[in-house]
Amino acid sequence: MASYETHEYDVLIIGAGGAGLRAAIEAAVGDLKVGLVCKSLLGKAHTVMAEGGVAAALANVDERDSWRVHFADTMRGGQYLSDARMAELHAQESPDRVRELESWGALFDRTQDGGILQRNFGGHQYPRLAHVGDRTGLEMIRALQDHGIHQGIEVHMENTIVSLLKTGDRVSGAFGYEREKGRFKIFSAKAVVLATGGVGKAYKVTSNSWEYTGDGHSLAYHAGAELIDMEFVQFHPTGMVWPPSVRGILVTEGVRGEGGILTNSEGNRFMFDDIPELYVNQTADNPEEGWRYTQGDREARRPPELLTRDHVARCIVREVQEGRGSPHGGVFLDIAWIKEKIPNAPEHIRRKLPSMYHQFKELADIDITQEPMEVGPTTHYIMGGIRVDADSQMTAVPGLFAAGECAAGLHGANRLGGNSLSDLLVFGKRAGEYAAQFATENEAVPLDESEIDTIAGHTLKPFENPPNDSNGDQLGPYDIQAQLQDKMQELVGIARSQESLTQALEEIQNLREQAENVHSIGNREYNAGWHTALDLDCLLTVSEAIALAALERRASIGAHSRDDYPEKEEAGAGKYNTIIKKADDGMMTIRRQSIDQLRADLQEIIDEIG
Amino acid sequence: MAKATFRIWRGNADGAEFVDYDTEVSEGMVVLDAVHRIQAEQANDMAVRWNCKAGKCGSCSAEINGQPKLMCMARLNDIPLDEPVTVEPMRAFPLIKDLVTDVSWNFKVKEKMKPFTPRPPDAEDGTWRMEQEDIDHIQEFRKCIECFLCQDVCHVLREHDLHDEFIGPRFFVYAASLEMHPIDTENRLEELKDSDGIGYCNITKCCTKVCPEHITITDNAIIPLKERVVDQFYDPIKKLFRVFNR
Repeated sequence: MASYETHEYDVLIIGAGGAGLRAAIEAAVGDLKVGLVCKSLLGKAHTVMAEGGVAAALANVDERDSWRVHFADTMRGGQYLSDARMAELHAQESPDRVRELESWGALFDRTQDGGILQRNFGGHQYPRLAHVGDRTGLEMIRALQDHGIHQGIEVHMENTIVSLLKTGDRVSGAFGYEREKGRFKIFSAKAVVLATGGVGKAYKVTSNSWEYTGDGHSLAYHAGAELIDMEFVQFHPTGMVWPPSVRGILVTEGVRGEGGILTNSEGNRFMFDDIPELYVNQTADNPEEGWRYTQGDREARRPPELLTRDHVARCIVREVQEGRGSPHGGVFLDIAWIKEKIPNAPEHIRRKLPSMYHQFKELADIDITQEPMEVGPTTHYIMGGIRVDADSQMTAVPGLFAAGECAAGLHGANRLGGNSLSDLLVFGKRAGEYAAQFATENEAVPLDESEIDTIAGHTLKPFENPPNDSNGDQLGPYDIQAQLQDKMQELVGIARSQESLTQALEEIQNLREQAENVHSIGNREYNAGWHTALDLDCLLTVSEAIALAALERRASIGAHSRDDYPEKEEAGAGKYNTIIKKADDGMMTIRRQSIDQLRADLQEIIDEIG
Repeated sequence: MAKATFRIWRGNADGAEFVDYDTEVSEGMVVLDAVHRIQAEQANDMAVRWNCKAGKCGSCSAEINGQPKLMCMARLNDIPLDEPVTVEPMRAFPLIKDLVTDVSWNFKVKEKMKPFTPRPPDAEDGTWRMEQEDIDHIQEFRKCIECFLCQDVCHVLREHDLHDEFIGPRFFVYAASLEMHPIDTENRLEELKDSDGIGYCNITKCCTKVCPEHITITDNAIIPLKERVVDQFYDPIKKLFRVFNR
């Protein structure tokens, strides 16, 4: 084996968003040596963009709230495909995880009596989201970062992992490169936690950054772990649509939580026209009641704008397709209208939604206190991901753990807003805790050196590939990425069918062949083109998994919609999860696994609360 | 579609120069869009740091026509396009490559500062009670996205290179957020006076002017901290008081 810079850890965390930081902090509680690897600088991960809040049944604003209601809301939102044990742990533990942040310096907005303030959000029965204006993610990642840097964790910023290393069945480390000089690094570890976030860069219109290329999903899959429910990709209903360069940037659900309404080109509040059966009893049937709900009237039911994200996104697409959209292909989101209801509305809006005010003012020349925004769906989150044990977050590969967006189980077919920030705290902590336990109970295994030179060779291949293919065409990494994004958007987007998905799988296969031969110019120093070429393998792997799972689920449920199968359940199929695994011959395989009956005490909660 | 020329700094610590790139520009574009288009179409290996593209992460700091800005929030509408638009890396930090600089010094500075140390919880459930009006000004400091543009323009760092003796505006804001935090019990004034070098700041407010989060760095963070340092170490009556209390 050639010689590489090597770092030895008890626990290695890959990813430094909320889940990775929380896992690292927990793993470092004892005297274990903990390493943290991240693609960007510390504190820049996607968590920083989360806006609306973190869901936790603190019951500070409405004492009727409890973990039981939060559990029931999460299960209903996920169309009962969630892992009930994860939903239970999440609802029970998120209040403590939020309070703990305050002891690390986070400063949430306050209630009148000085506690943590909570706001309304889609699918949550009571005001439940602890928040800081509309920059909650920044507050959380900064609190975790500023606490984490004093816990003895070794941080490797701007490093990318290209492969996990295994020795026999067990994970034994990871192989990657540092961005600055392009040098390779080996990290050996007794336990590894994946906390790499999502896959949004597989799509053209997305609220996600360049980092979101499905690295953890792909690393785990190639290492032998299973991926579940990959068909469930959340298209957030409100992304910016104009100007073109900002298309996809998120507009927080908090706008609707504060009383914002959705209207079409005819001025109609179209969300009142289609209220799903599962939510009829909880939803206001007139605008006045909806408004009272957003202002804290406990007797009022929530406005239909705060229905779950999958439903709101579909309604927006319907309005646009039927010719009632806004000038740039979205619908209108209006918060300015509240001036009819409250004095000093512009000041109120700027205080409650400061970053939305600035985002529209600076990027679109729109003053949201005076005029409506134009919004449309944007790829935001993946509910599917690496299959983990609910309590420990360990995958099927011994010693390999996963937490946060790259792991799956909590959100089922659709995630409620605010549940991702609580997810990454609750399960980030658990992953760190159990990874540390695994590292304590198990000896280190030596690295299997035979595969390392092969991985290194593969990583350098883009420099060695010829610049032109046999037709003389140039195939740049950005071209392939853009083609994949176009195809995923068009064929595996909000509306899917047997035909579109079959075509998508063919296109992905073609692009994979092109990606094998992609050429990178320049040298290994901070070379964005090379990095993009290497990310393609992850993007193609997760894209194939999404399309394959979407083809397998012949029904329309939650975030997954099939034009050819509009019913919620396939006749006779019952409730199931789709499970993807790499076969021995390297092919991607899929199967279904029935969902067990709920534990009796959990079923009781659902029967009681609905 | 209109065309514009972007004059971008290319190279590494061994040598770098401006290179001109012509590219198409359209309505609503920001400088980062143009840089991305050039990267995808003409210069695949160009180094640029970015993440959120919405002014929330503070990764894409650069100097555009000499002005320190986030590339993702610099709209082409506000920039004259009849002459080349210069895009350079931050000049107060060592160049890694092209538009990317080595900002690791900032992370080391923060690690050395005394961490948040809360008083015992007010309530049995381990929580504290804080009035919103008592935390408004700290929430202003906590809006900081760590883009380090304030560090980039600060002459103490940029011209005088006093990185070993001065922590810069970003970390005075950080210190202020801790010192004024209603439940923090630590005292950081001695470090602010000595190792952090707050005395070097002569309140020219360059930092405040470039802050993309509009934090009033000088007036709300640095000046109050300077006053606290003066109160603790230079106030003659307190000094006398301390002598008698020895």
